[in-house]
Amino acid sequence: MEESFDAAIVGAGPAGISAACVLADGNSKVVVLERGEYPGSKNMFGGVLYGRHLAQIIPDYVERNCPIERNIVESRLSYLTEEGGLSFAYRDAAFFGQLRNNAFTVGRAKFDRWFADQARAKGALIVGSTVVTGLLKDPAGRVVGVRTDRADGELRARVVLLADGVNSPLAAGTGFRPEVRPQNVALAVKELISLPEEVIDQRFGVSPGNGVTNEILGNVTCGMNGVAFLYTNRSSLSIGIGANLADFAREKVRPYEMLENFKLHPMIAPLIKDGKPQEYIAHWLPEGGYDTMPKLFGDGFLIAGDSAMMFNALHREGSNLAMTSGRLAAETILEAIKKNDFSAAGLKGYEKKLQDSFVLRDLKKYRRFPSFLETHQDLFTGLPRAASGAAREMLTVDDLPKKARQTLAWKAIRGQVRPLRLLRLVWDAWRSVR
Amino acid sequence: MIVRVEDKLFLDRFNVDDESHLRLVDPRVCFERCGDQPCLYICPANVYKLVDDRIAVNYEGCLECGSCRIGCPHFNIEWRFPRGGYGVRHKFG
Repeated sequence: MEESFDAAIVGAGPAGISAACVLADGNSKVVVLERGEYPGSKNMFGGVLYGRHLAQIIPDYVERNCPIERNIVESRLSYLTEEGGLSFAYRDAAFFGQLRNNAFTVGRAKFDRWFADQARAKGALIVGSTVVTGLLKDPAGRVVGVRTDRADGELRARVVLLADGVNSPLAAGTGFRPEVRPQNVALAVKELISLPEEVIDQRFGVSPGNGVTNEILGNVTCGMNGVAFLYTNRSSLSIGIGANLADFAREKVRPYEMLENFKLHPMIAPLIKDGKPQEYIAHWLPEGGYDTMPKLFGDGFLIAGDSAMMFNALHREGSNLAMTSGRLAAETILEAIKKNDFSAAGLKGYEKKLQDSFVLRDLKKYRRFPSFLETHQDLFTGLPRAASGAAREMLTVDDLPKKARQTLAWKAIRGQVRPLRLLRLVWDAWRSVR
Repeated sequence: MIVRVEDKLFLDRFNVDDESHLRLVDPRVCFERCGDQPCLYICPANVYKLVDDRIAVNYEGCLECGSCRIGCPHFNIEWRFPRGGYGVRHKFG
């Protein structure tokens, strides 16, 4: 590849493709290098994408046949013990109408491919089956291109956008981001379970095309700092579970055994009953948050999305942070092209743009949340049992007066988590997200 | 409960390269210095298996998450992505 580009983007995921769309719209010469055979073939997330941030890149994404699985109309949060648990659900008519596609499910193999096709139609070059193995630098240390595993390996560009995801040997190997530490990522495994569309409609109480997300916490992650999820696709369910990688190593829990146990949970098993497993995949979540983010730009390069550890664990948001950071990186590059300045000074606007957007504001707001989860194991051990125990006492109907029932409920809580500890937990939780 | 990860990996599509993208840098480290051997547990594809007196690396079923690379307490696993186009290929993702 003798050709030279304005921008080379590593990775055809939400961040990279968003950037490619904006750059191509701005008439710049852009190439996206993707290690998978096709965009999406290596990518995974829980399954939820957000319409607002996609529309900022492709306003008419619905008309362009974006492969939406289901429009999310109900969000559930469950706090489970081994045998049962509590569940909350929120549904609002607004999500059928004016907030339609606020959130929707997609499969990445289809969505990323579609998204890359949009970029291609705008003029971006998307090259698959190509691993970026290193970065080209000039004698002054400025990034001036990428090295790939192709025979004609090297490719020059005025600026490189690293959007190759959370698992990036490239970032670690080139020193653009320190190697991730196990406590800063969650390892998640996910299974796709197929079921007829009408069965999903019935089981989740939704009309065709609408769906439900269910986030699940509690004892299901074997006492580890983790989370599980169950999302509805058109004719399949995405079920997954993950935990902090350092916790996995310490507890010697096998991810796929934890998933299989989770599938047997009495509140989950009926939802997936008779479904046929179709796929089993694994991926990290960049859980460390704000304090684990690398330097976001330098001479000739920028970093966006998961590569930059942009992930909001509390709100299960990641793909929208990736899309927005990719878009803002591209806007910065377009400015740099105008100024013909690709030095760190010329790319500085990227950080300012991120700071002014929800991306860095949210990450900063929740910067203490990851360590809150890490240091309050009760959330995954005693507390779900306490909550379930109290609910059981209050819902048991017999000859006991309610006053005595309340005493028993309080006892059920105290038996799991000491009152002072509980107070501390609530206080720390509030402090970590305020 | 016994779960066979092979049954899960059987669902996936792989384009297996002839050459492994995973390698133990020094296999002796695993036995002489690594007590916990977390690679045997944390890998979601059970790529690392204890076979007699060595750790076998079944790279063919690797899901490319990277956990073994950073989870190995001795950084004894040389890890790169499979060559472009090889490795796991998500059908749904």
